[in-house]
Amino acid sequence: MKLLLDAEHEALRAAVRDLLTDRADSARVRAAMESPEGFDRDLWIRLGRDLDALGLVVPEKLGGAGAGHVERSVVAEELGRALAPSPFLASAVLATDALLALDDEKAQQDLLPRMVSGETIVALAAAEPGAPWGPGAATATEGAGGWTVDGRKTPVVAGDLADEFLVVANAPDGPAWFRVAAADVTRTTLTTLDPTRRLASVTLRSASAVRLESADPRAALDRVADLAAVALAAEQLGGLRRVLETTTEYAKIRVQFGRAIGSYQAVKHGLADMYCDWELGLSAVRYAAWAADEAPDELPVAAALVANHLGPAYFRGAAAGVQYHGGIGYTWEHDAHLFYKRAKSTELLFGSTAWQKARLADRLEIGRRAAG
Amino acid sequence: MSDLSTYRENLRAWLRANAPAPTPTIDLNAAKAFQACLFDAGYAGITWPKDVGGQGLGPEYQQIFSEESSDYELPTSPFGLGMGMCGPTLNDLGTAQQRTRYLPKLLRGEEIWCQLFSEPGAGSDVASLQTRAVRTDDGWVVDGQKVWTTNAQFADYGTLLARTDPDRPKHSGLTMFVIDMRAPGVTVRPLRDMTGHAPFNEVILDSVRLPADAVIGEVNDGWKAAVVMLGHERVAIGSRGNSKTNPFDFDGVHAMARDLNLDGDPAIRAGLADLYTRERVLDLFNIRVGQETSAGTPPGARGSVGKLAGTMLARLAVEVVSEIAGPAAAGWEPDDTRADAVALGINSTPSSGIAGGTNEIQRGIIGERILGLPKEPSVDRGVPFRELKVGTQR
Ligand SMILES: Cc1cc2nc3c(=O)[nH]c(=O)nc-3n(C[C@H](O)[C@H](O)[C@H](O)COP(=O)(O)OP(=O)(O)OC[C@H]3O[C@@H](n4cnc5c(N)ncnc54)[C@H](O)[C@@H]3O)c2cc1C
Repeated sequence: MKLLLDAEHEALRAAVRDLLTDRADSARVRAAMESPEGFDRDLWIRLGRDLDALGLVVPEKLGGAGAGHVERSVVAEELGRALAPSPFLASAVLATDALLALDDEKAQQDLLPRMVSGETIVALAAAEPGAPWGPGAATATEGAGGWTVDGRKTPVVAGDLADEFLVVANAPDGPAWFRVAAADVTRTTLTTLDPTRRLASVTLRSASAVRLESADPRAALDRVADLAAVALAAEQLGGLRRVLETTTEYAKIRVQFGRAIGSYQAVKHGLADMYCDWELGLSAVRYAAWAADEAPDELPVAAALVANHLGPAYFRGAAAGVQYHGGIGYTWEHDAHLFYKRAKSTELLFGSTAWQKARLADRLEIGRRAAG
Repeated sequence: MSDLSTYRENLRAWLRANAPAPTPTIDLNAAKAFQACLFDAGYAGITWPKDVGGQGLGPEYQQIFSEESSDYELPTSPFGLGMGMCGPTLNDLGTAQQRTRYLPKLLRGEEIWCQLFSEPGAGSDVASLQTRAVRTDDGWVVDGQKVWTTNAQFADYGTLLARTDPDRPKHSGLTMFVIDMRAPGVTVRPLRDMTGHAPFNEVILDSVRLPADAVIGEVNDGWKAAVVMLGHERVAIGSRGNSKTNPFDFDGVHAMARDLNLDGDPAIRAGLADLYTRERVLDLFNIRVGQETSAGTPPGARGSVGKLAGTMLARLAVEVVSEIAGPAAAGWEPDDTRADAVALGINSTPSSGIAGGTNEIQRGIIGERILGLPKEPSVDRGVPFRELKVGTQR
């Protein structure tokens, strides 16, 4: 097991951080989140074209960098740290992992090179209320003209701006994967808790679809879910670190009763707890990313583990971040609320806290008899 | 196969062949015999330098040892303080003569060590201790009282912190000594803890004579030595392998839920998932810090993270276990050994947030030493010790 980064990883981090410092400071993040598209397309293209950061897990023959999940988690950490609005989670994580987990070479060759460059954005439409990873109630039917899909998928990350969708629906032979063009669906941009990440609902009414080949569609779905948990945990880790840094800095300069507030134990000890959460989270994220690359057998538990630690830890930290900033932390002007909202939204996005615990319990085979 | 995996294989085979069956109470002679056997096999002092009998290996080997030995209940607790704290401190600060005199015997388990820091008036604020060491022609005479001294009942030697100059501010008038626990004037009285057992003691020091070469480090520089030792302590406590034979670890608690047929209950499943999470992230933290140490970045004050996380883990285990045990943890038949173990776990858990520096003190260390937050205003800085109020005196 390797839990340390090497010099190349650090160089990647530095390159991404430089770009984000320049292109995703608070003012730019706010401008992007309020813009019609909800993200900074120019930054997105730079991530793909200049830094090769969108295809880290994609093999070189499909236009990617042929690196791995450790590298991708470094990028996710930096994006989470900056809160940079982008379809990274949708296109460079969910849809990329799905295409790689399926066995459809044609779709891979057609889509992945364009996704890696940032030119095409693909979203995963699997979730439905009560089924964060589908297949839910959506159905797929094969007719004379090919497959059509019916159903409503929500939330779909970056569903408002995707050029294409990968849809999970129930075919007569079980859950199956489909490719659907944006023009064939109806989408509604959701009102979101987190203004820095757009979500949509996607309605399919006899939407024409291409069925994607997969030896085991359900296993592919599990793998996508696990890899997404790892990337999301890295994003949460980066956000938690930023909250820790900014709140610690503030606690050193804000003076009340003649002393810096960071000299008061209530504040100091709270920040110490946040630091512990971050240190433990860092160890867990490094492990899960390593497992994703090197120890696939360990991935299912590792993925549920990081979700279970980082989700609550990030929200605890972000809430403490607002608290220790006092009144200013509760203002719209201050960024503390953006982290708070990102933290809560990521904690819930792929399954509630209770759902995450149950998933980990399943994977640890706790009470399997009772579950049947 | 890599060196590490060969090492692991060999260790595993060795443990299978040599680990003694657990006994309910420690038999000191058997424990010493086992420690000697560990030493001869090269598994004592894995990271210690070779010149004092150690193996001179990196922390990754120690980590393997912690992982593999966690399947067994090895009778090594009498040596824990020596191996984890007194020994490493002597290794860092001791003279060549002290190192060769004490460390090999400590590693072999021939001599047992304890730590004489805390006093009735000085725990967290151990620098306010009052035990006096007064210089004589050929050494020192010590008078005072120590308390909560773990393993003093077995110990041959102790590391003693005493005041050598009360006219200086509290931190700069202390000296650390090696004390022979069998010397005339040393009285050890067992002290019962809240579980009813007596793993620690009161130690009365009445005109105890120490030779001049008992000083560890420099005279009046004992605070530095104490900080070195407390650093080792946090690392030792934080990275203590999570024993798989511990009924309060995830596997133990899971087995208990299964035995009682409660592992299908959603609340208990959630509790177990949380327990696994907290235990595993702490393991991973220790592994990562070990890898960083091997790569040249020492853990520093992050030992406090491991210690604090260990306490929080133990408290969570109590919650989950209590939930599983239910009313049976409040009253049980005398022959119900599982309930006995649950009660012992519930009752012993508070020690981890106190011993080796309380949770509050660890949070202060993390806040000040790692995050760089300002210290609290201090009323005792620069004041001669003589003029200070300490402990519960009014
Ligand atoms: C099982 C066990 C084994 C031990 N073994 C040894 C041993 O072998 N050798 C040895 O020398 N000692 C030993 N000790 C003693 C231990 O180190 C002390 O008990 C500990 O440092 C706390 O000191 P105290 O008991 O005087 O409590 P106090 O320091 O009086 O603390 C009381 C409460 O006040 C809080 N507090 C104190 N100062 C601060 C502060 N600055 N900020 C915030 N809160 C504060 C503490 O956190 C605690 O909650 C042992 C203790 C236990 C429980």
